[in-house]
Amino acid sequence: MEAALQTNVQNCYHCGDACVEELVFAHDKAFCCTGCKAVYELLEENNLCTYYNLEENPGITGKKQASESRFAYLDDTGVETQLISFRNEHICKLTFYIPQMHCSSCIWLLENLFKLNPGISESTVNFLRKEVSLTFLNQQTSLREVVALLARIGYEPEITLADTDGRKTTRTSHTLIYKLGIAGFCFGNVMLLAFPDYLAVTEGLQRSFGSFFGYLSLLLSIPVFVYSARGFFTSAMEGIRQRMVNIDLPIATGLLALFTVSIYQVVTGTGPGYFDSFTGLVFFMLIGKYFQQRTYDTLSFDRDYTSYFPVSVTVLKGSGEEEATAVRNLKVGDRIRIRNQELIPADAILLQGAALIDYSFVSGESEPVEKVAGEVIYAGGRQVGESLELEVVKEVSQGYLTQLWNDSVFSKEEQQRVSTYANAAGKWFIIVTLLVAAGALAYWVPRDMNMAMKAFTSVLIIACPCALSLATPFVHGHTLRVFGKNKFYLKNTAVVETLAKIDTVVFDKTGTLTEPSAAELHYTGKPLTAAQEQSLKSILRHSTHPLSQRIFQSLRGEPTAVQHFREVAGKGLAGEANGYMVRAGSASYIGIKEEAAKDALETAVYVSVDGVVLGYYTFYNVYRQGLEHILTDLRDKKLAVLSGDNAHEQERLRGLLGQEAELNFNQSPVQKLEYIQHLKEQRHQVMMVGDGLNDAGALRQSDAGIALTNSVTNFSPSCDAILDATAFNKLSKFLSFSKTTMLIILATFAVSLVYNVFGLTLAVQGLFSPIVSAILMPISSLSVIVFATLSVKIAARRAGL
Amino acid sequence: MYIIFLMIGVSITVAGLFLGAFLWAVRSGQYDDDYTPAVRMLFDNDTAPKAKPGSREKAS
Repeated sequence: MEAALQTNVQNCYHCGDACVEELVFAHDKAFCCTGCKAVYELLEENNLCTYYNLEENPGITGKKQASESRFAYLDDTGVETQLISFRNEHICKLTFYIPQMHCSSCIWLLENLFKLNPGISESTVNFLRKEVSLTFLNQQTSLREVVALLARIGYEPEITLADTDGRKTTRTSHTLIYKLGIAGFCFGNVMLLAFPDYLAVTEGLQRSFGSFFGYLSLLLSIPVFVYSARGFFTSAMEGIRQRMVNIDLPIATGLLALFTVSIYQVVTGTGPGYFDSFTGLVFFMLIGKYFQQRTYDTLSFDRDYTSYFPVSVTVLKGSGEEEATAVRNLKVGDRIRIRNQELIPADAILLQGAALIDYSFVSGESEPVEKVAGEVIYAGGRQVGESLELEVVKEVSQGYLTQLWNDSVFSKEEQQRVSTYANAAGKWFIIVTLLVAAGALAYWVPRDMNMAMKAFTSVLIIACPCALSLATPFVHGHTLRVFGKNKFYLKNTAVVETLAKIDTVVFDKTGTLTEPSAAELHYTGKPLTAAQEQSLKSILRHSTHPLSQRIFQSLRGEPTAVQHFREVAGKGLAGEANGYMVRAGSASYIGIKEEAAKDALETAVYVSVDGVVLGYYTFYNVYRQGLEHILTDLRDKKLAVLSGDNAHEQERLRGLLGQEAELNFNQSPVQKLEYIQHLKEQRHQVMMVGDGLNDAGALRQSDAGIALTNSVTNFSPSCDAILDATAFNKLSKFLSFSKTTMLIILATFAVSLVYNVFGLTLAVQGLFSPIVSAILMPISSLSVIVFATLSVKIAARRAGL
Repeated sequence: MYIIFLMIGVSITVAGLFLGAFLWAVRSGQYDDDYTPAVRMLFDNDTAPKAKPGSREKAS
């Protein structure tokens, strides 16, 4: 190990990153930065080195250390009470979301926090939710100290404005599991009691205990009827109230018929009843519901701007001192300080400093925007560069960006989708059932009154489309899992059906079609010599401007010493290196007239050496891998692009998307929303693919809003599905696969229909008995489940998912 | 044969106890996290395990 450490590139003992920029040697170990070393020393001091033995290089890089004073807002009692879930005079309990958690070492360290701070009495990790639940002692430590400790060891909890809104995420309800448990218990016991009916050898037993078994089964079925099956009845009632027939109506009818006939049979002593079928049906259908309900714990689909904004901001007091304040308490007229890489939480006027605001996430503009003192900066932008002083002009909830959330789209509750296949089938089911039942009644009444009743009720019972109702949840549930495996996470199973119907696909440009972190460089003009290139590189090294950084990375050679370095913020820079006087910057800075500058929309950086303009660099967006391929696959659909950026990429997009595609540039968030609205009014089924806050309205308005993200634990706007950027090239496959699953559902319907026709034939003849029911019912349910599972698996393999 | 009344009574009681245990387990959150406990049990205990101070009551 020691020898290996001495060879060329070394990896940090703490975080595993290659030690490129600096190399810190301590305790015979290599660290990539002092931050990592500090964490190691802290852990070593406290005898916590097991952390490094469980996994190799488990740490989180300590490079981005920021001052701990930013946690000062946590001392604010208002903020504190909103974060803490339980408190008494001795202890406090709360739960933090820590997206950095990634391995078993993390679990170990986070559960051993009490060794680092004795005030923490207990910490329990929920790895799948990436949460740690903490209990700490009031007297010994404080919330701020706990958070600061977590941040120091690299696990800074994510605390956003949404956490202090008092809207605590509700825990997943266990009701369905209770229902399932009770139905399963009753089903098992009732089946046991019904056993003597099935076998001829136990006929004697049935004679002497029949009514006891019958009443006991009745007793056991009551909780199933009253509690477990309640959902089907309420849903059917709701359907009737809205004058719509859904799948639950025939189910409820069937269940009701089963239950009443069984009670009648037991009470009158005419038979054992169908309690085993009844409880079994409910049990199987609840399994279907449970299977459908599966959600992704770590993902959140309903985030709004509050999850993106920070909780606190530095406010400058009159006397010039800085104070961390909760963003919620920001008032008009407050002066705030925004440092490098910090978010601007409210619309504000720039007072001091060179602002270079990265709006890519908020408005979709790909290049950072320069602002000068006196200009209004809208909330949501991220400052790149030096620290700024601003004066708040609008409160957070009144800002330009947050206005989007006042649109009615966001206040609408999602309605129950009634146009699903199952509900459409349910309508036909109930019509056919009633016809057949009436026919049976008409046939038997003149002949045999008893048989007439029997035939009528058994038609209602057998027509209970339980197998049908199982088909959709299982097919959709499996599809959800197939997508999940491919890093495409749906909010719920209804999205599968929506995806299958999509005929229009709308893309956002920046960050969705393009790679957010990359840009292609293109140099036009007289080629630079190696020495000139080297001197340019040396000068660019001293600038933090993102464009300088990009050019810097593309140039060859080692940077050398620079003299007479000068930077005019937002314009350009100059300096002497290698004996060349190099200037780089915008056209006006270099001294070229605007009209000579090729294209005003394009961002260009001009270079002059010793006063002679040599050429310029232009930047192109880098489109995501596989984009061309998926766009060809989507040619049968209407395509559109909504970009918040200017039109300089129009030509390339036109080439990629084809002549028919609608390209819209300079779109504000509200315009995007309205565009989708417009498409929907033309009866299009719209899918929107976006990544930023500016797409939030459009995502919400569309039938299927898909948020693209480079890391699923990062913030993503409210949507129906989250797509990991690495799976972007499979987008067209996902769409066609969801179409395939609809065919599978139809096939499954056909399978379940076979059983129903068979059962109905018996029923109209009055031959349907408890024993037939006891055999037919589980077989049809199980075969539908097996069929659905296998066909989705096979289809997924064929589709290459 | 009347023993069958007793037998069925006993069997349902036992099954009912299991149902109760199941419902209790769900309620107390034992099914909320099915990953972390599996990892946690593999951690070695320290040579001298320190008793964790503090109480363990549930926040409702």
